[in-house]
Amino acid sequence: METLFACCIGFLSACGIFLMLRGRTFPVMLGLTMLSYAVNLFIFSSGRLTLRGAAVLGSAEHYADPLPQALVLTAIVIGFAMTAFLVILAIRARADLGNDHVDGKLPNAAGMKKESR
Amino acid sequence: MTLLWILLLPLFGALVPLLSAKWSRSACALVTALPPAFALMLMLYHAETVLAGKSVRFFLEWIPLLGLNITIILDGLAFMFGLLILGIGLLIILYARYYLSERDSMPRFYAYLMLFMTAMLGIVLSGNLLQLWLFWELTSISSFLLISFWWHKAEARRGARMALTVTGAGGLALLAAFLLIGEVVGSYDLELVLASTELIQQHAWYPVMLVLFLLGCFTKSAQFPFHFWLPNAMAAPTPVSAYLHSATMVKAGIFLLARFYPALSGTELWFILVSITGLATLLIGAYLALFKHDLKGLLAYSTISHLGLITLLFGMGTDLAAVAGLFHIINHATFKASLFMAAGIIDHESGSRDMRKLNGLWQFMPITATLAMVAAAAMAGVPLLNGFLSKEMFFAETLHQHLLGSLSWVIPVLATIAAVFSVAYSMRFIHDVFFNGQPKGLTKTPHEPPRYMRVPVEVLVALCILVGIFPSYLIGDLLQAASMAVLAGDVPAYSLSIWHGFNLPLMMSFLALLGGTLIYVNRKHLFDFQNTLPELDALNSFERGVKHFAARCDKLYQWLDSGSLQRYMTLLLLTFVILAGLPLLNLVTLWGGRAELPIDAVNATGAIMLLIAAFATVVWHRKRVVALLMISVVGLMVSIAFTRFSAPDLALTQLSVEVVTIILLMLALFFLPHKTPKQSESSRVVRDLSVASMVGVIVGSLSYALMTRPFNTISDFFIANAKTGGGGTNVVNVILVDFRGFDTLGEITVLGIASLGIFKLLTRIPLFKPSSDGDGRPWATERHSLLLSTVSQSLLPLAVMVSIYIFFRGHNLPGGGFIAGLVTAVAIILQYIAQGVDWVKARMNVEYQRVVAVGLLIALFTGAASWLFNRPFLTSWFDYFDVPLLGKLELASAIAFDLGVYVTVVGSTLLILASLGKMTTAHRPVHKETI
Repeated sequence: METLFACCIGFLSACGIFLMLRGRTFPVMLGLTMLSYAVNLFIFSSGRLTLRGAAVLGSAEHYADPLPQALVLTAIVIGFAMTAFLVILAIRARADLGNDHVDGKLPNAAGMKKESR
Repeated sequence: MTLLWILLLPLFGALVPLLSAKWSRSACALVTALPPAFALMLMLYHAETVLAGKSVRFFLEWIPLLGLNITIILDGLAFMFGLLILGIGLLIILYARYYLSERDSMPRFYAYLMLFMTAMLGIVLSGNLLQLWLFWELTSISSFLLISFWWHKAEARRGARMALTVTGAGGLALLAAFLLIGEVVGSYDLELVLASTELIQQHAWYPVMLVLFLLGCFTKSAQFPFHFWLPNAMAAPTPVSAYLHSATMVKAGIFLLARFYPALSGTELWFILVSITGLATLLIGAYLALFKHDLKGLLAYSTISHLGLITLLFGMGTDLAAVAGLFHIINHATFKASLFMAAGIIDHESGSRDMRKLNGLWQFMPITATLAMVAAAAMAGVPLLNGFLSKEMFFAETLHQHLLGSLSWVIPVLATIAAVFSVAYSMRFIHDVFFNGQPKGLTKTPHEPPRYMRVPVEVLVALCILVGIFPSYLIGDLLQAASMAVLAGDVPAYSLSIWHGFNLPLMMSFLALLGGTLIYVNRKHLFDFQNTLPELDALNSFERGVKHFAARCDKLYQWLDSGSLQRYMTLLLLTFVILAGLPLLNLVTLWGGRAELPIDAVNATGAIMLLIAAFATVVWHRKRVVALLMISVVGLMVSIAFTRFSAPDLALTQLSVEVVTIILLMLALFFLPHKTPKQSESSRVVRDLSVASMVGVIVGSLSYALMTRPFNTISDFFIANAKTGGGGTNVVNVILVDFRGFDTLGEITVLGIASLGIFKLLTRIPLFKPSSDGDGRPWATERHSLLLSTVSQSLLPLAVMVSIYIFFRGHNLPGGGFIAGLVTAVAIILQYIAQGVDWVKARMNVEYQRVVAVGLLIALFTGAASWLFNRPFLTSWFDYFDVPLLGKLELASAIAFDLGVYVTVVGSTLLILASLGKMTTAHRPVHKETI
């Protein structure tokens, strides 16, 4: 199971990174969200995988590590706040600058060869 | 304590001229001279002890943990340098009084000078490496101020900049050397360092330490190839040159060589580096000095040459050579300072320093000319003057060394050649200036200077003669004490007499005098030859070099900071790949020995769905709505994974955040294009794909390696104490609101700040409001679906009830403030979606900023409440009560804290979504065709 889990984390981060390297804001936000999933799963997995062992006292014989869970729980919420901030920033940037490129300006036609993203 | 005052007096003395600026010039100079005079007296007070070969010590603990203590040591070496610094310093104060004109700000000059004097004294008196370095840097800075004293001259500014750059860079190298030495020895205490010779020299870092140390010394003492800053620093007022560039600052590097002589010298590396550098500097300086037409330029190169001579003496490594080096330091300081002052007088009274214009000054200023001629003769090494004595010792030492094996005879020959040029340029200084016809094109008629301007020169020249004739009476004890400090005790027998019989050194001296005269007489040919050589302008090439370097840095910076986010991220990720990937290469196997869990059908299905959905998001990322749907599947699978692997709290949180995130991104799509134009080139896609897959492979491998390794967790403590200490059975929740409550407080604060930031970002936004979607389809005219509004209305109370339930059970079962808050927020947002902003606003007119603030305050006050019971912030309290009908009920302060979390989460989420949602509904433009 660990192999599969690690593959999923690796694949999610690769997809997230690829999307983050796009030139428009929306894919970047998607990428960031995806990378957050991967990172959360990664931190969560540092407590090792446990089946049927929720860290509620009295509910199991062997408990999963509660510490990474607590960390990830707040990370999820903070991650939402970060994504939200980024989304609003993107909207504001588009409203102020007239385009949704991450650099705030569209790659010009002349520099298209080099700068196009 | 008296030692500390030697340092403090000149430091306070820096204020004296500024305070007495309103008085007459002479009064100002007089009171300025008082602090250094007192300091000199304090030092002489210790003379008996020091001359007996002992040292006086002052120690004050400052930051002992960092090895930083204020230690002042007055030993023979420090005493000798201290005398030079304070004695010549006093003469300079007198001289500068007459040298500076009415237009120059004399108080400012004196203040800089005193600052510099403090710094120099600090160097020689320091008993702690870091303290020494601090004063070392202070000399660089104060000399910068002094060289650029006439800041209106471009030449002065450039010269000062160059001196600061070169000596400052050397200072950094010196700091590195000191830190390494401190690391090796384990202390920054000078006496300890000097006693750890073997420890230092046998350490593997010794070559590095030595090279860095010598870089510091050689830049300061203008050794080849760093000598070029000194001639350019001649743009300074002449008192500065006389003080800094003959007697003090340039000797600081030599002082360090002498100071660290017991600890660092004696190795082959030391011989080679120090003696070769010294020899090269000696020759180059002596040769170039002859061709300078500027009086001060000649003296500057001569100084370089003499500094090279002293360096060579210290490089030879014999005890006698070190003694000769110390002797020459004193002699050089006296004759060179007087020569500089004489040059200043000539400049001052005739208006020029150009030796092509200055001729025959003997008839105008005979007294000054006599003084200058004696000093120049000392520089040339004429018998009965002090320069002769140390030069004799130098010649004798060159004959005794065996540095170059069978080629060692080259050194005395080269030394004699250098001495020949030394005689030649001294002769030029005498003959060209004071004789050799009549002055040409001078703006004023030269005359003798004011009486007291000549006094400092007279004092120094008198010293030259007296030391030259009665060496052992005058400075025998001083030299002995200084040598004892440098040689750590055993000083070889040497004799300071003027007559040693007819021997080889004497022959070398005569050869030099003869050769020098010959060269000077035939100088025309040499000048013609020198003129055919391309002129090297050190100042311009240095500045070109600096500019070139700055341009390179600029280019690198432009490349790094190109304004392209993608470039930054690629570089950052590649760094990550290198930093995280390299250690993985050293790992023998990824598998760490822990047995894997079996894969069951549910998990496998979930994983496959997750992979497919992630892949689909990437493939369809340009169709934004489709990509959004796909990523929501990924999020769903992640929350299922949390459920499967025993993290119900995470699953609930992820699920509710997922809902909120998707709504947010949907709203965002209203303001953003719905499709991404295809702009990426194939090569860029390949690059990004490879970066992404490299990162993915590394992260996946790390994760696998981590998961399969056995581990020790600190969580056993939390599990053991959750019930007894925190009063709850849901350990995750207890960690959040109790054990790590402070973290949670920080996190909800961040959440609150983010939402407020968003609120501010959305105010007065010049929104681009599309009237149709990306494909040109107009928005639906029907505002709210009847079905949705009916269902959502009845759902609201239910959802609120669920969230209250989740909130209260959170301490013992999966749930808690975060999750409950998100559920409540989702339920309210559903009302917004179904009924519209106006409808909600009419029924629930709350400013969400206030809600966020209230939530944070609740959490904060719950934490602060424990202060009332004299407990640390956020100490929790709980107890059980028997309530009739309800049975046993637990009350915990953590619940109140969780309430704060709950309220903050509700407020923040709603503030974010409602602010954005409001934008979509208010004043939405209606599509023209539908009207």
